Amino acid sequence: MSHAHAQSHAGESHGSVRSYAIGFILSVILTAIPFAMVMSGHFSRNVALTSMVVLGVVQILVHLVCFLHMNTSSEGRWNLLAFLFTVLIIVMLVGLAIWIMVNADQLMMPWM
Amino acid sequence: MSTAILDSQHGVSQAHDHDHDHDSGDMTVFGFWLYLMTDCILFASVFATYAVLVNHTAGGPSGKDIFELPYVLVETALLLVSSCTYGMAMLAAHKADKGKTIAWLFLTFLCGLGFIGMEINEFHHLIMEGFGPNRSAFLSSFFTLVGMHGLHVTAGLVWMVVMMAQVYSRGLTPQNTTRLSCLSLFWHFLDIVWICVFTVVYLMGVAQ
Repeated sequence: MSHAHAQSHAGESHGSVRSYAIGFILSVILTAIPFAMVMSGHFSRNVALTSMVVLGVVQILVHLVCFLHMNTSSEGRWNLLAFLFTVLIIVMLVGLAIWIMVNADQLMMPWM
Repeated sequence: MSTAILDSQHGVSQAHDHDHDHDSGDMTVFGFWLYLMTDCILFASVFATYAVLVNHTAGGPSGKDIFELPYVLVETALLLVSSCTYGMAMLAAHKADKGKTIAWLFLTFLCGLGFIGMEINEFHHLIMEGFGPNRSAFLSSFFTLVGMHGLHVTAGLVWMVVMMAQVYSRGLTPQNTTRLSCLSLFWHFLDIVWICVFTVVYLMGVAQ
């Protein structure tokens, strides 16, 4: 397979050693911080929870860009649109399920 | 059936022009991406179930009592390294370097196998201590969520063995490169799901 052909891949562009190295280093940092925070036990519950959610979301974005090579180029646009639609569904699915069930728990079993 | 369609597409496109072959390969990868999106929704449902049931411990242990974070950290490291080695395999494949592709794939396979081994060991320990999925709603949902991720990784490992054999016997044909691209998406996707697992299940479980 010639190099020109490899470049024309639209379904998934394939990155470089540099993108994987950057992704790896960022992921190590973004994993180490929340683990260190929880294992040290020096942080209050709310601070730990908030920062681990933020760092988790950031790490997912790092993986999407550096490992899955997601971008806004015309070749990658449909991948991105499908992904954004999925995120919308997931937010509704998980958010509404938790909202409904937590309320149901409190109404039916107020002692819990 | 789907492979039959794919093969016929490849057959037609190869008869005409090589560029068409790449187009059908790209469509295959995009189709696989759409499958992964539906898999995301499947995982999201199980995450929602877990979030709803996490406090229903029925007098049994909570996450804080049974999770060992250093152990989970090693599992996380194995999966992250395997993601990078798979990236190296894809780079080697695009340079048409058959030997290096198989070598990196094998390294990825070993990391994935280590991850699955550690997970089975963790499950075995929990069940031996009487904290199996039948103990409480919390443990049922824990085993469902983490077990489903583990099953996906196992499927990825089987797929990887098949790809190593195919690349070894047939070389880096356009079909094999397309298949490697799909497995690449699958493998990186599983690493992303694992970020959610260790954050929502293990870290939040211990922090509570």
